[in-house]
Amino acid sequence: MGGPFAVAEIGRRRLLAGGLAVVGAGTLAGCSPADRAAEPGRGQAVQPARSEDQPGAGEPGRAVESFHGEHQAGVATTPQAHAAFLGLSLRRGTTRDHLRRLMRLLTDDAGRLTQGRPALGDTEPGLAALPARLTVTFGFGPGFFQAAGLPGGPAPLPRFPVDRLRDRWSGGDLLVQLCCDDPVTLAHAVRMVRKDTRAFATVKWLQRGFRQATQRPGHTHRNLMGQLDGTVNPRPGTPDFDRAVWIREGPLRGGTMLVLRRIEMLMDDWDAADTGAKEFAVGRRLDSGAPLTGTREHDPPDYAAVNGLGFPVIAQEAHIRRAHVADPGLRMFRRPYSYEEADGEVGLLFAAYQADVERQFVPVQRRLAEADLLNQWTRPVGSAVFAIPPGCAEGGWIGETLLG
Amino acid sequence: MKLLRHAVVSRTVVSRTAAACAALALSACLSACGSGQPSAQPVAPSSPAPSPAGALTITDPWVKAAGKGMSAAFGTLVNSTDAPITVVSAATPASPEVELHETVEDGGKMVMRPKQGGFVVPARGSLKLEPGGNHIMLMDVRRPIEPGGEVPFTLRLGDGSTLRFTAVAKDFAGANETYHPGHG
Repeated sequence: MGGPFAVAEIGRRRLLAGGLAVVGAGTLAGCSPADRAAEPGRGQAVQPARSEDQPGAGEPGRAVESFHGEHQAGVATTPQAHAAFLGLSLRRGTTRDHLRRLMRLLTDDAGRLTQGRPALGDTEPGLAALPARLTVTFGFGPGFFQAAGLPGGPAPLPRFPVDRLRDRWSGGDLLVQLCCDDPVTLAHAVRMVRKDTRAFATVKWLQRGFRQATQRPGHTHRNLMGQLDGTVNPRPGTPDFDRAVWIREGPLRGGTMLVLRRIEMLMDDWDAADTGAKEFAVGRRLDSGAPLTGTREHDPPDYAAVNGLGFPVIAQEAHIRRAHVADPGLRMFRRPYSYEEADGEVGLLFAAYQADVERQFVPVQRRLAEADLLNQWTRPVGSAVFAIPPGCAEGGWIGETLLG
Repeated sequence: MKLLRHAVVSRTVVSRTAAACAALALSACLSACGSGQPSAQPVAPSSPAPSPAGALTITDPWVKAAGKGMSAAFGTLVNSTDAPITVVSAATPASPEVELHETVEDGGKMVMRPKQGGFVVPARGSLKLEPGGNHIMLMDVRRPIEPGGEVPFTLRLGDGSTLRFTAVAKDFAGANETYHPGHG
């Protein structure tokens, strides 16, 4: 589990880049959540909130991701093990004033819970004690902009021929994306968000996902089809990442756009295919993730290479060829989570962040929808687009650049 | 009856001047309430001096959202001085009647009742106002306190000074202890 290590690394990078205040693992000892909880307890009336089951500083449960900053956390953040994507429908008659109040409340909750402190009016404060790198990220759908009387909401995606979208996994006016290394902390944060949104909105969907919790940092995530997923992905902290992900002007400057697709994997059919057919469809080896023209995961694919019969080694309709984007600044940043339902449905919560959906997600998805051998085993069943507004400074709130 | 009890609680600790100011603050509050959003507390020219900088502060103030009737406000009072500080009364435009309450057990049931002598915040210490414990009780909310709304409060202290703060309203299911007029 490389949580604290990864935090410290990102912290260094951000400090170098912009001087943002980031709480790295190293500072936890001096400023732990329990210490802060105990702060007002110098008098007789309050007991310090320290208990036996709290781990010491430096343990994964104590690792904290900074909440405040130029960008919202939960995008460039090293992916946590668990995620919950909560899609909300605003109640009829919601106004800009309601949204201001709602976002102030939610920002306050997020600012506390992510730092290991209970929310205001938290009925289970003990469940906030292990932040475990919790991040809470907010996104605004078309209905949010409409209710606020604001132009510039995310445009709906075109319909793709492969889509088999269900309303119960699609759309949503407000997104709350919660990611955490501890599923109990995550469930508590979800509950707190549900309580503080219920006067304003109803839950349209809750999509929970997971990643390989014990994977070493820097290694590529494996999805439930067994593929290394995300080999070619902009690296947070690089100029390519910044160019690909962050919006550069307007009230969303410092924000990004999220395309969230729920992609069902047809595992019974995938089981019936042999390894050679699977690798031919993807264009990569399943074990190493190496392109069929190489030997190691990060070897660049040679799309011009042909075999003895003169056919391309990486097929014309192989997934990686169809998805390939030459300009690194035009790639999407993918941060997917796997899911599994009680009825046996498994799949991928494909979360892709980019500055411009029209220029980044849409052309790739058009090519994939048109011809991608992988389509025989995958089926998009949910789809939503959200504007992820910029982060906020201490004392500010998420959405203030739009609603303020 | 309720008003009378409130007056009794106040008289035990507040000087005559302060009591007059409390009445003034209440009337100012009422008019603010009528104007809609209780966002800005009008400052009467004859307001008593605010509490000396930082002597008493409140952290994490919040109030339970309510349509009408009763509600309560919470937070942690922190005393940075070397002497105890007493909170003798509270006022808010959200309710013409406000009491300082404690929660006690009475015949196996938790009940709340006016706190005799007000809240005493120990020297260099703090006092937590929380559901099921000490709290600032709004007796008669007349306009809804909406979730996320901000409600101004003024606490009057034993020396006649005041502490003003704004509490954010939260959708909260608890804090439903039976009201027990008790020592009224």
